[in-house]
Amino acid sequence: MQVTQWSEALSSWLMGLGLPGWAAIFLVYAVGSFILINYGMLSVLLLIWITRKAISRIQDRIGPNRVGKFGLLQTVADAAKLLSKEDITPYEADKIAYNLSPVLAVTGVLMLLAVIPFAPGLTGVDLNVAALYIVGLGSIGIMAALMAGWGSNNKYALLAGFRVVAQLLSYEIPLVLAILTVVLLTGSMRFGHIVELQSLHIFGFNLGLGWLGIVMPGALIVFFVSSLAEAELTPFDLLEAESELIAGFHIEYSGMKFAMFFLAQFLNAWILAAVAVTLFLGGWQGPGVGLPVIGPILGLGYFMLKTFGVYVLQQWIRGTFPRIRIDQMMYFAWKVLVPLMIGLIVAQAIIQKLPTPVAIQYVLIFIANVGVMAVVTYILQKYFREEQMRTKRSFEPTSLIGGMQVSEKGTMY
Amino acid sequence: MQLPLGVEVPIPTFEQFVFIQVALLTAIAGLAVVTSRNLFHSALALTLTFFGVAGIYVFLEAEFLAVSQILVYVGAIAMLIAFAIMLTRSMMYGRTSPLNNQWGKASLFAVFFFAALLAFARATPWPAAGEEVVADEALIAALGREFVTTYVIAFEVLGLLLLLALVGAVMLARDR
Repeated sequence: MQVTQWSEALSSWLMGLGLPGWAAIFLVYAVGSFILINYGMLSVLLLIWITRKAISRIQDRIGPNRVGKFGLLQTVADAAKLLSKEDITPYEADKIAYNLSPVLAVTGVLMLLAVIPFAPGLTGVDLNVAALYIVGLGSIGIMAALMAGWGSNNKYALLAGFRVVAQLLSYEIPLVLAILTVVLLTGSMRFGHIVELQSLHIFGFNLGLGWLGIVMPGALIVFFVSSLAEAELTPFDLLEAESELIAGFHIEYSGMKFAMFFLAQFLNAWILAAVAVTLFLGGWQGPGVGLPVIGPILGLGYFMLKTFGVYVLQQWIRGTFPRIRIDQMMYFAWKVLVPLMIGLIVAQAIIQKLPTPVAIQYVLIFIANVGVMAVVTYILQKYFREEQMRTKRSFEPTSLIGGMQVSEKGTMY
Repeated sequence: MQLPLGVEVPIPTFEQFVFIQVALLTAIAGLAVVTSRNLFHSALALTLTFFGVAGIYVFLEAEFLAVSQILVYVGAIAMLIAFAIMLTRSMMYGRTSPLNNQWGKASLFAVFFFAALLAFARATPWPAAGEEVVADEALIAALGREFVTTYVIAFEVLGLLLLLALVGAVMLARDR
């Protein structure tokens, strides 16, 4: 089934009206990007509200409930407050880097929206390298963090910039490898194609439940964990650590420039949820998307439902997990996730070359996923048990006395 | 378009118009790399140049190459350069001059290099425009197949090189 893209349909309609080809295409893409950018900006108001409400409920609070119905307009009020704040530029800041960085952070995230397939035929642009595009544009955000850290003329901001770059670059690798498993299975980097493959036809009716996450749960979990790190969410939210790490690279920013970093962070979390849905949870697929008129509307509904579901899951984790240290974070990326993903990819590549029917290959891939996850869980469990023993032993009374310094007179400090 | 003096001025098509913008951006950013007085600004301008080159790849309908360009050059190489500049303290805040005592020789070499490039560009028999290119996804598949058949030695050697660099980095960074 080849879904007609909205852009093709609209531009051919405009050309039918007598517009020259380039003007029609230009107009269509201008309208498309206008809608996408405004959607991105405005959805953040909702995302922040969801976050605050979800975390409030987890922490046994009510959350914002004064401005608007259910406190829905609280974020609008906050944004208005931020707009009225004084815009401070630090002494001897690098003006170019300092002012450009928030713009770049938002641009890099908004550009990701272009390839997200919202509904059948409703993609900004159905790029043939969309999976790689998502990863490539992540580097703009990294560059923005580095520029903010450097441009602020503050050594703490600079150190935080380094920290963010180390985190984002490290977790980009398991993220890319997880995407690679999907590309390997579907043989395509086009998001539209990947979503279309996740249908499940039974008696000619599209049930839309052939989600890749069911076939490879291991890759889905790794993708989700790395996307938490990429979006700088708990347990990898070293940016949020205001009391210990002075909130990282955007310490020197105030007012609307600070708000732009905030916006980029929330939207990035949502887009990574959308990518997870597209790659592993069927995108807009669901029961009844093959129907003629109601199908695309249902598809949009399924996509939004799934994406906001994953987003709420992210916020749930944010409300319940403790923050981990940077060395534990690096350790987890390089010594757990990367070997796990490499093992999965090798297993999958071998399975896909076996001379068996596709259905059996899927079952084998599922078994390989579960097997690799079990092995990694076992090793981690062993490691944590040893770690626990070590910690406990160092706090036992005997070792405590033995480890204490004894002064020359024989009295203990 | 006909100007009064009889000079024919070609009106650029829409694609050419966008191409001129991208090419100008690339060229100006490239110029800024060498003329900027602040080394970090040079690195930023270099990043912009990489983006411009990616834009030119998009015009050549090589989207895979364009995205790889951003991934590799902006994501890795520009970052490496920025790190290197930031970690060398004397360069971090001081203003550096774009000229040193080698500028005469360097400019001479640059002129020769440009002339050589121009000569090559003119001598190469470029394939005629309008030739049928392989469709987008098949192109990526073909590229991948080339990597593991025709260019397998180069590909493997590059992989080995990267592995060696990784091992070397670990050796330098480990606790002694």
